Order: sequence, then structure tokens, then C-alpha cells
Amino acid sequence: MTERLDGRQAPPADAAGGPSTGPAAPPSKKSRLGPSPAVAIAFLLPAALLLGIWVVYPIVYSLFRSLFDATGQGFVGLGNYATIFTDSGMLTTIRNNLIWVVVAPIVVTTLGLIFAVLTERIRWATAFKLIVFMPMAVSLMAAGVIFRLVYEENPDRGVANAILTTVHDTFSSAQGYPEARPREGDQSQVADQNGAVVTKQPAQAGQPVLIPIVGVRPEFMPSDAQPARAPAAGDGLAGTVWFDFTPGGGGVNGAVDGSERGLPGMTVEAVGSGGEVAATATTAEDGTFQFEGLPAGSYTVRLPQSNFEASYGGLTWLGPTLITPAIIGAFVWVWAGFAMVLIAAGLAAIPRDALEAARIDGASEWQVFRKITVPLLSPVLLVVFVTMIINTLKVFDLVFIIAPASVQPQANVVALEMWRVSFGGGGNQGLGSALAIFLLILVLPFMIMNIRRFRRGDS
Amino acid sequence: MRKGRTAAILAGLAVAVAACGNAPTTTAPTGSASAPASGGAKPLEGVTLEVAAKWTGAEQKNFEQVLKAFSDKTGAKVTYASTGEDTGAYLGPRIQGGSPPDVAILPQPGLVQQYADQDALKPLSDEVISEIDANYTPYWKELGSADGQVYGVLIKAAHKSLVWYRGQAFEDAGVQPPTTWDELVTAAQTVADSGTPPFSFCGASGWTLTDLFENVYLSTAGPENYDKLSKHEIPWTDPTVTTALEKIQQIVKNDFLVDGTSGTMQTDFPTCVSKVYGTDDAAMVIEADFVAVEAVQSGAKVGDEAKYFPFPKVGDTAPVVLGGDVAVAMKDSPGAMALLQFLASKEGGEIWAKLPGYLSPNKNVSPTNYPDELTRQLGQTIVSAGDAVRYDMSDLAPSAFGGTDGKGEWKVLQDFLRDPSDIKGAQEALESEAVKAWK
Repeated sequence: MTERLDGRQAPPADAAGGPSTGPAAPPSKKSRLGPSPAVAIAFLLPAALLLGIWVVYPIVYSLFRSLFDATGQGFVGLGNYATIFTDSGMLTTIRNNLIWVVVAPIVVTTLGLIFAVLTERIRWATAFKLIVFMPMAVSLMAAGVIFRLVYEENPDRGVANAILTTVHDTFSSAQGYPEARPREGDQSQVADQNGAVVTKQPAQAGQPVLIPIVGVRPEFMPSDAQPARAPAAGDGLAGTVWFDFTPGGGGVNGAVDGSERGLPGMTVEAVGSGGEVAATATTAEDGTFQFEGLPAGSYTVRLPQSNFEASYGGLTWLGPTLITPAIIGAFVWVWAGFAMVLIAAGLAAIPRDALEAARIDGASEWQVFRKITVPLLSPVLLVVFVTMIINTLKVFDLVFIIAPASVQPQANVVALEMWRVSFGGGGNQGLGSALAIFLLILVLPFMIMNIRRFRRGDS
Repeated sequence: MRKGRTAAILAGLAVAVAACGNAPTTTAPTGSASAPASGGAKPLEGVTLEVAAKWTGAEQKNFEQVLKAFSDKTGAKVTYASTGEDTGAYLGPRIQGGSPPDVAILPQPGLVQQYADQDALKPLSDEVISEIDANYTPYWKELGSADGQVYGVLIKAAHKSLVWYRGQAFEDAGVQPPTTWDELVTAAQTVADSGTPPFSFCGASGWTLTDLFENVYLSTAGPENYDKLSKHEIPWTDPTVTTALEKIQQIVKNDFLVDGTSGTMQTDFPTCVSKVYGTDDAAMVIEADFVAVEAVQSGAKVGDEAKYFPFPKVGDTAPVVLGGDVAVAMKDSPGAMALLQFLASKEGGEIWAKLPGYLSPNKNVSPTNYPDELTRQLGQTIVSAGDAVRYDMSDLAPSAFGGTDGKGEWKVLQDFLRDPSDIKGAQEALESEAVKAWK
């Protein structure tokens, strides 16, 4: 296979030596049909020259440069290549590239196929295709800027989290005081226990339970909250939950001072000695609560964690864990339209009679799709797939723009690392060249594969 | 006719080359302008200059006003090109490609040495050096020199030992500006109790974290250790570093950070400033004097709502860490030298000083030029600061360690902010990065 490939894919310099009678015909040395070698050389020279300057020379020079250190003076042999495979940051980079190559082309090709097949059936196919294809008109850089905004963590700014929180809040909405916590310390009656607030000592009936809370964000403070007051000493178990912070400072910690406000709507539980909830109460506008119909005994008072749950804020898209999937999402948005258009073109070329014959024979639509459409489309699918692999291997701009600087090491890919190593910071163009050659070696098999497919398609 | 066309084609090519060098927004510089005729009102009429610096936004606008003053005076046409955060990444390819800007403003003195080694800098002319001698203390001249040769002039200083706060947040919580570290931690706790997260850190901009570390380290370990660590003469695994990181640990806990740790890691400078003064989410932001520019952008008035206090004493030394930008000539053109001379002069410094967010290291620029009282005080401290002042450590380090996104000290401190419990791991990571960078 390789021999045949080499034979047919002779580089321009060699081809210039012999006659070239067209790409499909085997070269024949004995009977010449084409022009003389001189004419052939004259015609090939401009192309060969340009390719030499812009393709061959840079590759050869990169290869040469990759054997030297940062200054370009010291010969390091394969040292730069050894660095690529030993440095932990580089290994993350290579791992990320693997994820990209495995995930992105499959998702893009599958989505493209689904869109292409479905648009055949709908009335507004052209409009739909236009919309899906439109991201192709946006440069990758602009797409990166767009998705940087989409993935903003704050739901007020980032669309992704705005959708997530809206969906989440329609099912369950948080009610309470997120990020608030008890005022702790030796003189405090209460302590934090796994997010819930509990009294340290069992509470006694007739003795009010004071639960000081601090760190209540202004936006979560209910407008109907009244100044806190200690409950009237009665016979039942009662107490006060209040915001133990006097605006402007002052006030005694752990004591209900004049201007401090109660925290209404808190759920309070009286927990028996066996850990069972004996009674539940809700605080009033002044923060007081009272357990009704509670049998005499010793109870711990607890504010369950549900009082302090933060409202759902969506996902940290731009954090270290989700960053690569998030950027792949942006990549899919850009390229799905391209895949769809190519596949749709292939779809249009499928002979209708094969599909109709299958339908007449009683095949279901799914069977037609699986047994007829996909096999007939496979050459196009492969071209799209391989093109996407090459695109993912050299992905640069999206990662550079979407990943915030603090997670760039986690989101890094080979092409970005190559640029960063060569021109950013260290200025180590030896290592950068080694990375470039590494990338070239990764891309090469897919390039050859694509070229071969195109040739087969031609003949 | 023919000549005109050739010139047009050449200009087109020059633009294309400049575009290859990541400078799509700039016009092509013409370095080979004829020498200015002596005398005349505008000696540099027809000369085009390109200046590259990292400033954007309001800082860029202010600098362009200074450039305009230079143009008005000399007749030279000056274009500004923004290098973005990573100056090395911008200038590197342009130097390699043989079309550097006439004047570059380097954010780190370390780059002066680096580019001098590459022969990319032009030694300053005698006129510029005499201007420097007249207006600067030897300490600043030293910062712009490499191997005994003067290449750069420090045109803008940054006071990095400040903590900015929102007056209303402190009033609501009833706390006073702290003077020691323990007071700062207590104040932060009180502010947190009042329901306002005390700190807004710029976790996505690694340099802000190095500034925090440098202040704490200078204060706890003292100037001598600071110098040693700057030159990597003591390892980062040194116990003094442990102490500094332990102090930082006290204030980077989740309860103290606006939007929590994960939100902080995505907040860059200046977004962290707008979280204090724009959306009023947090109470304090620890950064340099140039926060003022962004605070004004967020609608706060400096001295009124936007206030600051000196970085509190953590150990024995009250820290004063400075940063600064060094202007260098990358082309041997008379226009470049004239611009550097203008920037180093009293005249240029005073034009700039009247704009917000600028501090001049020029001792002859009178602090009365600054637009507000607070800046005046700062300017005085910089001019009169003695031997205890230290230059920003990360800016003295090789840029692979102290000046690159996602590498070296920036990365390790970001990882430390993400998980402040692992001090030992952070120190070992810092040391291994430092070994790689210094080698």
C-alpha cells in the first residue's frame, strides 16, 4: 500500500524530472506522449518554488531547529523531544489532545449526519441549514469570544448557566439564607455541624434558646424582618434566631441588641435524645419560634441545613474539570454546519432507487437508514471525520480565548503549547519546533488518508 | 507615477509583514526617516513612530494623551500598538521578523536584560542619559540598565503595597483600616459577618497573586531575604516562604472570597475591581495604585468611595513594593530617542501626572501635579523612598517564572489559591519551576 502511495505521490521535484501525463495514468518511461522535460520543468517551477519556500523549507528548518536549545546555539539532540514526554504539563496537553481527537470528530460527524438526514424531511430545510451553517461565517476567534461569555459562571451574564438555573429553579427554588453561618466561639450556645446549626447543650423548656447567625448577604435579608426580640419566658421550648450583627459595628456578640433584626422563615427542629425530630417550628418576623405540643424532656434545637442552602448557581464551565468539554462544545457549534452541508450533498447523490427498493421490500425507516443510507454515505462520512480529526489536532484559537488564564494549563493543547513555548514567556523555540514536528507527525497519517480517499474518488 | 506605485506596493508589503507579526491594527513604521533639521518649530515633521505597550482601556487613553503632547511639540506622528498581557509573546516575533516597534514599553526590567542579550535594544543617546541623570535617582537608572549599558528609562511607577477598600462596606461593618496583618484578618472576619465578602481577588490574573505574596514576604522575611529569593539564592522551600504562605492562607478561605474560590479563579483584573466598586459585591481588593483608574471606570470617586490603606505590616518590615514600566528603543531612529527623552523629562512627566492612575518615578515631577490628594501622598513616598523599597520580585525573575500565564509562579500561586491547604506542595512546585527557569 505504502509503495503504491509513494509511487503515485511523487513530490514535485521528482516529478519535474520525468514526464507527467496526468495524475491517474501510470508513468511510462519508454513512449512519451506529453511535452518535453524542459517544458514540464518550466510549468512546475513556480509551484515547486512556492511550495519549497512556504512548505518544505519551514518543515526542514523546524526539524533542524528542534535539535537545538532555547538560544539556538547548543545542540541537544533529541532532548527537546524527551522533554515533551516527561514534563507533566506537556502530558496533560497530550491527554487533552487525545480527548479532543476522540470526542470532537465523532460528535461533529454524528450531529452533521442527524441534521442532514432530518433536513431532508422538513419543510423549512433551507432556512434550517442556513442557520446551522451560519457559525461557519464567524471566525474561530470571534466564536471563542462568544463562548467565553456563554460560559460565564454568573447566571446573570452567562447564557449556559442562565438556562441551567432557570430549569433548576422551576423544579425547586431555594428559600433561605445561603452562606449564612452561626456565630461561633466559646460563649456561643450553638455550633456548626455539617452545614446545620445545633445547640451545644440540650435546651430546657422555659429557658429561651438564642441562635445568633452572621454573614447574611443583604440581598437575602427579607424585607419584612422585624427587630429581633427574645421570646417571652413561657412554659414551652422557645427561642430566637436573629442576625447578630449591628449595622455600623457595636453591639454585643451573642446578645439580642436593639437594632438587630430577626430572621423570619427559618425552619427549627427540636431533636430528641435518640436523634429523632420531635417537633418543627418556623421563625416569626421577629425571629422568635415556639414549639407547640412538645412533651417535656431534653431536646437539642437544630436549624437544618436546608435553611442555608445556596441557590443553584449552575456549573463552573470554565473551571479545571469542565473546561475541555466546554471548549469542545464551542467547536461543535462552529463545525456541525460544515459537516451537515457536506453530508447533505452526499445524501443527495445517493441513488433513490436503492432506498425505494428497500422501502417496497418492507424495511422500516430505521432499517433503511442503517442498512442503506449510512453504508452508501460512508465515503463522505469518512472525509468529514478525517477532516475533523485534523482540525481538532491543530485547534488553537478556541482554547486560547475561552480558557481563562488560571485554567489554561488544564485546557492546553499541543498547538497552543507550541505557540506559548516558542513566543510566550520562555521563548524556547527549540522546544517549540519539537512540538511543531510532533504535531506534524500526528497530523500526517490523517492527511495521507484524506489524500488517498480523494484520489480514489477521482478515478 | 511608477515611483508612487512602487511605494504603494512596498507599503502594502510592509503592512502585510507587520500583520504577520501580530500587529494587525498598527500602521507600518518607517524607521529610516531623515535626520531632523536643527532648529525649526517642529523638528520631527513627517516622522512616523510606533510605540508598543501593554496598556489598554483607560490607561491606554491616558498614555495616548501624552503621545499627543509629544506629537504637538515635535510634529512626529506616533501610533500606539497594544501588546496585550504577554509583552514577550508580542515583541518576540516582531524582533525575529526584523520589524520591531520604534519604542517598546517593557513591563519588567528582566526583559531589558533578555532583549539586550538578543541585541534587540539600542543604547540610549547621550541626551537621553543626561535627562535621566537630571531627573532620576541612581536606583531607577540601574533598573533600566543591562551589563553596565543604559537601555531603558523607567517612565511609570506602580505602588504595589496598597489595599483598596470600599468605604461604605467598612462603615456598615464598623471596622477601621487595619495597620497590622492580624487586624486585617479580624477586620475581614467582621466584614464577612456583616454579610459582605471581604476580598475580591483576581485569581485569573496571576501577577496580582505574586504581588500579594511579595508584600507578605517582604514584610515577614525582610529585605535581605527578599533580595536572595529574587535571585533564587535561597530555595522556595525555605521556611521564610512557608511563613508567608501561612499568612496568605488566613485570608484566602472560601468564606472570605466573593463568588467563592471557583468564581475567584475566573476573575481577571480589572473585573475584580469592579466587583468592589461597580457591583458592590466585595469590600477589599489588594492591588496597586492603578486600581484607581478602574475604580473611576466603575463609577467610584477616589478618596470618597474608593479608599486605600498601606499594606499592613505582617512581620517587622512595613512593605513597599514597586513595579514600573521601562521604555526602550528598538530602532536607532532619532524619533525614538526624542520620544524617550520627552518621556524622561520633567515636561512629559508632568503632562502624564495630571491624568489619573499615574505615578512618576521622576524626582523633578512635583507631586502637586497629581489630580488628587491620595496620589500626591503616594508620589511623595515613591520619590522619597529610600533603600527599603523593593522592586516587584516576579518582574525581576526570568519571565518563564514570573511573567507568563499558566507557567511558573503565576500558575503555582493560582493552584495554591484553589487549594490553600497544601503549602508544602506549593513550595515544592515553586522550587521546581524556579530551577527550570533559572538553570
